[in-house]
Amino acid sequence: MRKSLIALIAIVVAMAPVMPASAGHEIVIGLQCDRTGATQIVGTVLCPGFHDYIALVNSKGGVEGHKIKALEIDHEYKVPPGVEAYERHKKEGAVTMAIYGTPHIYALAAKLTEDRIPGTSPGFGSAAAADGIKYPYIFPIAATYWSQGAAAVDFVKKQLGGNLKGKKIAYLFFDNPAGREPIEVIEDIAAKEGFQLKTFAVPPPGVEMGAQVLDIAQRFRADFVIAHLFGGAPGVSIKEFKRVGYPLRKVVSFVWGAAEANIEAGGGFAAAEGYYAMQFAGVGKDYPVLNEIREMYKKQGKPEPKEMASTVFYNRGVLIAALHVEAIRNAVKDKKDGKITGEDAKKGFEKISNFTLGGLVPPLKVTPQDHEGGGLVQIWQVKGGKFEKVTDWYAAYQDVVAKHIKDHGAKK
Amino acid sequence: MALYPLPIAKYTVAALGVLFFLVLPLSLHEYYLSIANLVWISIIGALGLNILVGYTGQVSIGHGAFMSVGAYTAANFATRLDFPWPVNLLLGGLMAAAIGAIVGIPSLRIKGLYLAIATLAGQLIIEWTINHVTFISGGVQASIEVPRPQLGTVVLNTHREMYFFLLFFVVVAIVGTMNLMRSRVGRAFVAIRDQDIAAEIIGINIFRYKLLAFAISSFYAGVTGVLYTYYFGIANYEQFQIGVSIDYLAMIIIGGLGSVLGSIFGAAFVTLLPIGIRYGMEAVSGVLFSEATVHNLIPALRLTLFGALIIVFLVLEPEGLNRLWRNIRSYFRVWPFAY
Repeated sequence: MRKSLIALIAIVVAMAPVMPASAGHEIVIGLQCDRTGATQIVGTVLCPGFHDYIALVNSKGGVEGHKIKALEIDHEYKVPPGVEAYERHKKEGAVTMAIYGTPHIYALAAKLTEDRIPGTSPGFGSAAAADGIKYPYIFPIAATYWSQGAAAVDFVKKQLGGNLKGKKIAYLFFDNPAGREPIEVIEDIAAKEGFQLKTFAVPPPGVEMGAQVLDIAQRFRADFVIAHLFGGAPGVSIKEFKRVGYPLRKVVSFVWGAAEANIEAGGGFAAAEGYYAMQFAGVGKDYPVLNEIREMYKKQGKPEPKEMASTVFYNRGVLIAALHVEAIRNAVKDKKDGKITGEDAKKGFEKISNFTLGGLVPPLKVTPQDHEGGGLVQIWQVKGGKFEKVTDWYAAYQDVVAKHIKDHGAKK
Repeated sequence: MALYPLPIAKYTVAALGVLFFLVLPLSLHEYYLSIANLVWISIIGALGLNILVGYTGQVSIGHGAFMSVGAYTAANFATRLDFPWPVNLLLGGLMAAAIGAIVGIPSLRIKGLYLAIATLAGQLIIEWTINHVTFISGGVQASIEVPRPQLGTVVLNTHREMYFFLLFFVVVAIVGTMNLMRSRVGRAFVAIRDQDIAAEIIGINIFRYKLLAFAISSFYAGVTGVLYTYYFGIANYEQFQIGVSIDYLAMIIIGGLGSVLGSIFGAAFVTLLPIGIRYGMEAVSGVLFSEATVHNLIPALRLTLFGALIIVFLVLEPEGLNRLWRNIRSYFRVWPFAY
């Protein structure tokens, strides 16, 4: 007994210098990805962006001396593996969770709140979760589908000369809850602005929409189209609009039909000339933070990762990582030892304000009431073989969106 | 026929009872219990599907949809009428049973692949209905939040509490299925599977028993859906799409058609294998590849390995894990004096 005790003490003493006592406390972020499932075209680019930003932060000494660890788990866009991933992250001590997938954020909403760990759902998930009072631990931190719908209508209004009275707008959407979510907001604005709205549902898996597009172009004769499609569907929509001869400069897409991959699936940049795409993160390679990531790779003697070429999803990965790190940074300010909890990180998220990363991130202002941070987007256009910025960060019809958030919060 | 033909079976069941009711829940970390909970829920679903596909021989690709029927029924009663969970559980099961019996009507005329396609249509129709009828789905988001189940004054919200809650239903489902299969109804199911015309000639009412099989199987599915709803705290139809139906079919085929133990093995295998593979790969691949490669490699290789292992197991024993287990058992029964 005594011998083994002595041996134990000896081991502990021997181990003590090995323990990184001086290096600070490692802070864990739980990262869920989909690199193999239904939305793999997003995950295979977005997640490397996330990791690269974390690596950049760590190469600069971490957050106040504390290293960040992003623990990635792939869930194939299935819910039970997502739940398992969440629990694994929780076991590893994650203080923030980057959830990926609308069904996943729904399935984990109750757990996040009970466990007091903030989870993010940038650009997807429930729009009503912008209400920080009702959903204290859920952070959309990017424009929700309601805000995207409102911003799209505002953009159309500007394109059509500032007045929508009597105009015809078609809403082409993927027929699932996420696709239908913005309709109520767009309908309200239609009543307010006096334009005629017609919705065109595309049934899953979204590869067949010839009839809908033909209807939009030749029977309904829409003045503008707002498209909200996912996966392979945006590419198909571009091809179909081309086929029926509807000008793509009269189409604006929500954020999941807005990436290089979607344009290439639609026949390439030359074919998609004029197509408008909504973004919640900056597009292109020309941002200081991306230069720093390239520098970091250069120093290690490696070429820049190939994912960087797909700038829309890559930059979104950087944006999500940056907002998580920023929340952690805010939390660590109050707890220098780095031993922050989920609650501290939640408060950290709620202090994010004017953190723009040189234009890649919109100037969000997250508050305890507003977890969306303002619902800011930019519109970019396919022009001359690349995306070109058309508008700066903006949000529109915020009163309408706020009313819907409030109504939803009042519901049981 | 006795439930336990050998005394050793009694001791084994008792030992397993102690293991699962006392040792595991009181010693394991919550994370492992959360995995166990996923296994428990899928065992109930797999048992239900096995009653229909394995015992009665009627192929169904609509299991996921029946789960969603149960889930939304329970969620609606829980939020609109504030019914307690036991009532919702029962109503969810019964509603799924009723819908299941309706979807099962084509089985009276068609068999095999044709029936599979008919039930696939059932799956898609149910998905579409929930997706579009806001009276059922509670709004365009098609998700209804439900309160956590309560037992007296205790709110069951930790994984440990949920573990006992779910395990109770697993035991009920297992005992229920075993007894069902020893009864007149169960024998009728097996007779229909083996030769339906012969079954009819010896006096089995095919109409009644085929629909009954669909109803009972869907009842299990409905209960699974309700348990999912209470486990996640939300009913959301995207959790019960066609992929889920296929997953459950995979479970019972891997586990062994027409056996209770097979359903359990299959459910556990399909749930645990990807997790196990990931742990293995995390331990090994870090040594061989860079971090960025690992992140891309693990999910891809996991899928491949998962598929490959399923093929290996099925080639090794086409009748599933249950048969494999029986072979091992009968080998050791006479060991070391084989012949």
